[in-house]
Order: sequence, then C-alpha cells, then structure tokens
Amino acid sequence: MSTPTHEYHPDSTGSKIGMWLFLFTELLLFGGMFLLYAVYRLKNPADFHYASLNLDTKTGAINTAILLTSSLTMVLSIGMLERRHRKASLWFLIITIGFGVWFLVNKYLEWSHKIHHGIYPGSEELTGRTAGENLFYSLYFLMTGLHGIHVVAGMVVLGVMVWMIGKPHHRVLPVTALPVDAQAHAVSVTVEYSEDAKLDQQKLIRLENAGLYWHLVDVIWIFLFPLFYLIS
Amino acid sequence: MNAEKHPPVSLGTYLMVWLALLALTALTIAVASMHFGAWSVLAAIVIATIKGTLVLLYFMHLRYEDRMFRIMLLLALFTLAVIMLLTFVDVLLR
Repeated sequence: MSTPTHEYHPDSTGSKIGMWLFLFTELLLFGGMFLLYAVYRLKNPADFHYASLNLDTKTGAINTAILLTSSLTMVLSIGMLERRHRKASLWFLIITIGFGVWFLVNKYLEWSHKIHHGIYPGSEELTGRTAGENLFYSLYFLMTGLHGIHVVAGMVVLGVMVWMIGKPHHRVLPVTALPVDAQAHAVSVTVEYSEDAKLDQQKLIRLENAGLYWHLVDVIWIFLFPLFYLIS
Repeated sequence: MNAEKHPPVSLGTYLMVWLALLALTALTIAVASMHFGAWSVLAAIVIATIKGTLVLLYFMHLRYEDRMFRIMLLLALFTLAVIMLLTFVDVLLR
C-alpha cells in the first residue's frame, strides 16, 4: 500500500450471506403461519375443505403463472446486467415490476369479490358460520395479505434498482486522477460507468440480492397456492 | 471471501426452469381435480416442494453458490421442521 487510493472492494459473498440471513427470518415468519394453517386444518378438516371450495382456482392459477414468469424476467434482468446489456436489464426489471402490479390487481379483485359477499374477518356473514370456516378465511386474508405486502416491498426494492441501474452511468473522479500535466486545466474528470468494472460489480451484487428477495416471495406463493386454492 | 465468479448461467437454463415450473403448476391443478383424498394433499405439497427447490437452485443460484449457502438453508429449514414437529407432537398427544 504505497498511496492511499480510493478503492472499492465489493464483497459479493459477504453481502449475499447477509441477504440470506434476512430471508431465513422471512422463512420462519411464514413458516409459523403455515404451521398455524396445518394445525387448524388438522382440527377442522371438513370446514377447511368446504371453505376452500369457494376460492377461485382459476384466479389463483393465473396469479401463480404471473409470479413464476416475473421470476423468469427477474433472472433475465440479472443475466443481462452480467453480460453488460444495461438497457435490456432495465427493461426486464420494469417488466418484472409490471407483473407485480398485475398480480396485485388480481389480488385486489379477488379480495373485493370476497368482501362484497360479506366474507372478511369478523363479518356478520362469517360469524354465522362454523369456527373452521372462520379460521380458514382469517388465515387466507392474513397470509395472502402479508404476502401481498411482501410483493409491494419487492416492487419498491426493484424500483430502487431501476433508478440505480438507470441513472447516468458515469462518476466523477478527483483531478488528481489525471496525469500531472493535465491537472492544471481540469476541474474534474468524468469516467464512463461502463468502463468502471468495480462499480458495475457493486450494482450487480445489489441487483442479485434484490432478485433473491423477489424469488423468495415467489417461493412463498408456490406453497400458498395449493394450500388455499387446491386442497379441497 | 470474494471469489464467487461462476460463469453466467445460460439464459436457456432459466427458460427451461420456467417451463418446468409452469408444467408443474398445471400438474398440481390436474392432480387436485382428480380427488385422491388424503393423497392429494401429499401430492400438492410434494409438487410445491419440487417447484420451490427449482426456484432456489436455479433462480436463486444456490446450485452455483458456495456449499456453505446450501448448508445454511438446510439449517434454517431444519429449525423450522423441529418447530413444526414439536408443535404437532403437542397437538396430537395432548
């Protein structure tokens, strides 16, 4: 170390470990709810069976396909940034967010349909029904609701990534980065971002971590879908 | 610890995984409509587990990552399994 130059040391393994540790806490959060579902289902098999018949399998299936496809566009966005196709990466990211919006619109329509029919936690309609059905619908609103919040959070994170990848791809270096004879005439130096491999690497790591979160939300839905819409 | 450097995964692989995921979704819907009783619950969970594993291995890159990541995930899943097992022991034997 002769000169105190400003160096980036992107630590991709380190930041990925951090992301995974966070994902484990999410896993346990939803895991606890799946456990709740399993126990109550065991205690009220007939009610759960009957209640789940009233959920629209088609809406659930479409939303599953939407999320699976959004996961594909997410990895394509990462793959494109890896290959230094910045524009393509941006577009796949925007498409991914679009799928998130589509998913939430379907969810909104589904919820409002249920609420319109008087089915929501604590409603008059539900209090007249069995305890098992009440449990089923409470878990349905709780778990798909919490999942929906995660989709929103994922979209916010992806939005930040769009901003990060899309912003002007250069950075300003101090004058001292220039050869000595040129320093006297320059105020600052602008370096093309695409030539700056370390900054590139840092953005890729962040995009990968954002992708991990988006995929986890997908994995959770993969389990929510059969449990609420199919098993009847 | 900065030696990740696996070569970029081919985009064709991602496409194949996506097709497999869609096919498995169709399969789980088909199985559910056949009314196998208790078996259909098991089938749905098995298929969902396969789908989740595909996402974890390929989309979330666990297959290409250092082995430590897989061990960490298994540890977290093991913890969850213990919590679930103990709860069920309590519920069933109460």
